[in-house]
Amino acid sequence: MATLTIAGNTLALDADGNLANRNDWNEAIAREIAAQEGIPELTPPHWAVINFMRSVFEKEGDSPSIRRLTKESGVDTKALYQLFPKGPAKKAARIAGLPKPKGCI
Amino acid sequence: MTEAAAQPIEKVSIIVSHGSLEGVYPGLIMANGARMEGIEASLFFTFFGLDAVIKKRMNSLKVATVGNPAMHMPTLLGALPGMSAFATSMMKKEMEKIDIPPVGEFVTMIHDAGCELYACKATVDMFHLKKDDFCPEIDGVISVGQFYERAAGGQIIFT
Repeated sequence: MATLTIAGNTLALDADGNLANRNDWNEAIAREIAAQEGIPELTPPHWAVINFMRSVFEKEGDSPSIRRLTKESGVDTKALYQLFPKGPAKKAARIAGLPKPKGCI
Repeated sequence: MTEAAAQPIEKVSIIVSHGSLEGVYPGLIMANGARMEGIEASLFFTFFGLDAVIKKRMNSLKVATVGNPAMHMPTLLGALPGMSAFATSMMKKEMEKIDIPPVGEFVTMIHDAGCELYACKATVDMFHLKKDDFCPEIDGVISVGQFYERAAGGQIIFT
């Protein structure tokens, strides 16, 4: 199984390269994963999306769709693609320590 | 599998040629899905597919209940008044449940996601359409030749 080493801790990853256990996650780890994904700094709108994704996952067991992110996270579609270039739902889920979203939308 | 076949897809150009609800959505879902995966995408609306980007029509597209064997409905039943409206409202309800937006909202979302939207020049001329007939997300009216130029280096998907 692939692992990720951050600040001396070795964390298990799933087949997609996302954290295998979302309880391993903390904000420092999020910043580290973001840096690896080419996002050097997590700004308040980044955190709004990340925290929204985690709260939806906690309640529903899957990450929200891009449409729900657009409607409910307070960050619109254009901004989502600027904040998380090359696939906002997928990238934000990884940074939030969640599995890749299952839905098509 | 050869190494070339395993190369990830980087760009898609999707053609939407049908104007029924079930004819329009696959192309929109494919385009949105491409952008979600970080794949460059553009949409080309041609023939009745143009209805998906015509302001007056885009939010009233219907499911075809006649001439559609996959509906599993006898043709005469499908032709009854209100049958298409009924099938359409059922399908829209199910789509809403899995977070597929209505056409107008979806087109805006896809455009905001960085997908370019084009109308087919031949169809625009044939139906005597004007720039004003289209939703503001349309990036231009282009010929088939221009479509191929823009599609260069990517995959073309016909729906």
